[in-house]
Amino acid sequence: MSEYHGLFYKTVTEIKGPILVIDNVHGVGYNENVNIVLPDGSKVLGSVLETEANKAVVQVLGDTTGLDLNVSVHFTGETVKIPLSDEVIGRVFSGSFIPRDKKPPIFGEEEREVFFSVINPAARVPPHEFIQTGVSAIDGMNSLVRGQKLPIFSEAGLPHNTLAAQIARQATIIKKGAEAPEDFVVVFCAIGIKKEEYDYFRAEFEETGALNRAVMILNLADDPVIERIIAPRVALTVAEYLAFDLEMHVLTILTDMTNYAEALRIISTAREEIPARKGYPGYLYSDLATIYERAGVVIGKKGSLTQMPILTMPGGDITHPVPDLTGYITEGQLILDRDLFNKGIYPPMDVLRSLSRLMKDGIGKEKTREDHKYVADQLYVSYSEGTRARGLEKIVGREGLSERERRYLRFADDFEHKFVSQGRYENRSIEETLDIAWDILSTLPEDDLIRIEDSIIKKYYRYS
Amino acid sequence: MNEEGHVYRVSGTLVIAENVKNAKIGDVVHIGEQELLGEIVRIIGNKVAIQCFEDTTGLRPGEPVINTNKPLVAELAPGLLGQIYDGLQMPEKKLFELTENPFVRRGYKLPPLDYDKKWEFIPEFTVKKHINEYVKLEKYRVKVGDKVEEGSIIGSTQETSAIEHKIMVPYGIRGKIIDLREGKYNIKEPIATIELPDGTKKEITMLQYWPVRKPRPYREHLPLTTPLITGQRVIDVFFPIPKGGAGAIPGGFGTGKTVTLHQLARWCDADVVVYIGCGERGNEMADVIAHFPQLKDPRTGKTLSERSIFIANVSNLPVFARESSIYMGVTIAEYYRDMGYDVALMADSTSRWAEAMRDISGRLEEIPAERGFPAYLAERIASFYERSGRVVTLGHPERIGSLTIMGATSPPGGDFSEPVTSTTVRFIGTLWALDKELAFQRHFPAINWLMSFSKYAELLEKYWARKDPKFLKLREEALTVLEEAAKIEEIARIVGEKALPDDQRQILLTAEILRHGFLYQNAFHKVDTYCEPPKQIKMLSAIMQYHEWTKRLVKEGNVTIDEIRDVRISVTTPEGEVKQTLAVTELEKVRMVKGTDYIDELMDKIKEKLDELAEKHGVIL
Repeated sequence: MSEYHGLFYKTVTEIKGPILVIDNVHGVGYNENVNIVLPDGSKVLGSVLETEANKAVVQVLGDTTGLDLNVSVHFTGETVKIPLSDEVIGRVFSGSFIPRDKKPPIFGEEEREVFFSVINPAARVPPHEFIQTGVSAIDGMNSLVRGQKLPIFSEAGLPHNTLAAQIARQATIIKKGAEAPEDFVVVFCAIGIKKEEYDYFRAEFEETGALNRAVMILNLADDPVIERIIAPRVALTVAEYLAFDLEMHVLTILTDMTNYAEALRIISTAREEIPARKGYPGYLYSDLATIYERAGVVIGKKGSLTQMPILTMPGGDITHPVPDLTGYITEGQLILDRDLFNKGIYPPMDVLRSLSRLMKDGIGKEKTREDHKYVADQLYVSYSEGTRARGLEKIVGREGLSERERRYLRFADDFEHKFVSQGRYENRSIEETLDIAWDILSTLPEDDLIRIEDSIIKKYYRYS
Repeated sequence: MNEEGHVYRVSGTLVIAENVKNAKIGDVVHIGEQELLGEIVRIIGNKVAIQCFEDTTGLRPGEPVINTNKPLVAELAPGLLGQIYDGLQMPEKKLFELTENPFVRRGYKLPPLDYDKKWEFIPEFTVKKHINEYVKLEKYRVKVGDKVEEGSIIGSTQETSAIEHKIMVPYGIRGKIIDLREGKYNIKEPIATIELPDGTKKEITMLQYWPVRKPRPYREHLPLTTPLITGQRVIDVFFPIPKGGAGAIPGGFGTGKTVTLHQLARWCDADVVVYIGCGERGNEMADVIAHFPQLKDPRTGKTLSERSIFIANVSNLPVFARESSIYMGVTIAEYYRDMGYDVALMADSTSRWAEAMRDISGRLEEIPAERGFPAYLAERIASFYERSGRVVTLGHPERIGSLTIMGATSPPGGDFSEPVTSTTVRFIGTLWALDKELAFQRHFPAINWLMSFSKYAELLEKYWARKDPKFLKLREEALTVLEEAAKIEEIARIVGEKALPDDQRQILLTAEILRHGFLYQNAFHKVDTYCEPPKQIKMLSAIMQYHEWTKRLVKEGNVTIDEIRDVRISVTTPEGEVKQTLAVTELEKVRMVKGTDYIDELMDKIKEKLDELAEKHGVIL
């Protein structure tokens, strides 16, 4: 035990779920790191949840099986920190930053705290650089910009992983003029996902060579539940280092945030806190915010941190606390829909319910094309009219519909099959996306395009 | 036994300390070696519960706790405008400039204001005088020998080119001015001396303090008679808010709360705007902060940052500074109100503030009421909105100031019956209810015209009647059309629009024009983003005139809606081209055309074509 410095206690009086209560301790700091050493010498990590004059409550960040009242608890006096250097790229780590790829651990010149990291709002640059994902439903109508946090809301069985991998593969910045390759890195964080999902991502990244430009932080389904609390924070600490110290452009994929929230609920219940909705703690919003807000662009740094969290909505319910609170924090959401999926449309994105709040700053004349925002706006209005006509058709039949309503029925079908639908490996440029949009908008009479300025219609409308 | 104040227990941001001297509820304390800020929230024997405003990582039992013996105060002086503060009034822009670190570090503190900067103090000032409905600027000069009381203005300094900052006698002081020092001073240097009735002399600086949780006093409450003009049609015309009123804007995520509040902050005709980002997104605050200095106030031509103060306590900053951010913002707003200004305060979002209260309450192990919120939630919400109002301020000269409060709430799952939203609705006069369905159709602002209300509409009758005597009638008719249309749409959903009789389809047609051409407003379109009141009136009268004409065509001439819809007019595009277009489409697009002349022109053309149609069916319009 000579490798440990500091104080050891063998005074554990209670073990309850992932919570240990230790008596007769002195001078323990809140949130400090704890090593719990079992009689056989194996070690589990923990952190201090509550500290009192002579008592401490510790949360175990690992497997609790085999723990008993005879374990030794070692208070390190330090908070959760990880070493960082540019050697993290291409590596695979566990949720608590232990190498999983049989390579040596990272020795960084500096160690960084994992938990407390807040970007000063006055130091932020409003995100405004368009990222072309090559997916029409995103680029055309819910554009992603650098520094944004845009989650995918999905359900079990829908192809969210395929979409996330496609975005990670295809995402590029289009800069008018110079086409200089930029430092682009993917930080992938698995939170309680299944091995086969991980294998899928790994294979995708390997095939395209993206693995050499990726950092993987893995907490798989059979890894300790509590480690899920720190895994996304480890991933984001790495991402912040790459973005704001090494000035790279980082895309962070966090999947699946529902598993994270469940881990948080387990701890909250074990601490006997008063729950808010569905047993989740009242501070779920604030806690999720400390993860999602770690994205952005800051003044004076070239890099950026873009976040794409994935979460599966339990029972497809968007009002469930996890998607609901996520939607309040993130800058929009991409929603995958089972009906579209069953129709064979990929990506099955429900564009009407999806949203990118930062889209307006990333598109337009200098950035994508002058007609972009008008086209997006008009597609929304016309498609929603089409879906309304569909609802009506179910009741009165096609015969009962007016000429105009039938036109919009056709429009909605065209929109789904020509615009939204595309291949898993199809990479459309923004021009192609907008051209397809004009193909289908031109099936409507010019007068119906009420959201588009006349000069734009004149330039792009396909008069037949 | 440690006799000095020290930490006994740490649980998250709740700190229990022992032996803290002179502990009073609300006192601010410094905790531990890092001197973290906290506030005493409970006293139990020799122990106190402290709500720490910062992250407590690393804090240990036994570390010292020192009582400052002062409640949480706002520092009030010239230099507030254009600042970006956190919930404890720490200037974030300055923090970034000094540390050159984009990340906020714990325990780092900066004073709210620049104590070195010199301001030109003059014993002169102007205030708005309200004579009936008119406002006149009146100049005053202060002399040695003048009698003053709390709230009296003794001079001013030009804080920004848009705002003259009045220096007021602090609360609790009255007497005679025996010295006045015109010239350049910093905010801690005395600029006047007042002899109190008991003969003691009191020096006055430009800086004063106010405990944030206590409303600033005023002399008298006044009725609300002037609308806050926002340039947003659905608000100004249908659901107005007066200067001094309170409004709430509830909406699920993605319904456009924040964009609507930004629009209000940009365009409302208040003199000073306080924008509180309470537990909201960092990038959104960055957007406001980056764009306001470039945007111009349409009335004064000055940039918007010259009249705005931001409280940016974003969602990942500690929750407890979030709880205080609302009070910090409203105190600063009241201070400018007391100078005689019309102040507008936007709080986005009060739900996050309520959640902070819930969090504190939970940690104090209070018995929760609904959904974990504390039982005193309603009282706190009520007292926040009650700080709005139009008032006669304390002191001399007599002046009127107003504070309008607009708060967003974020109901979980978009359910308006949840405690924060349902409680808020009880204490406000205008409700702008945001609707998910409208947002999905990209109809913005997604203010649902059937669920929203304004209790003030009648109070503002006089104001609009002066602008246009027909206006109120038009507004009512338009609301009736929208309501009827909602009922007809329900039937249409079952039988199809085609199966409806033409008089009902005519109502649907007018409602459609109102929706696309009036209620819809594009915040990002250069013209449409702000619609001046005369244009609002003109647009509404045009649409309702069209409604009148088509109604008669259908009723008296049995003209079908399809015929009416097909009416085309020829218009000249800005490029000078003549083209044929649908009258309906053109009516829906006038919102994008600058000024009102075009509307007259368009209505003449439409009238001409409708006359032709009328003649064919033997009707005279």
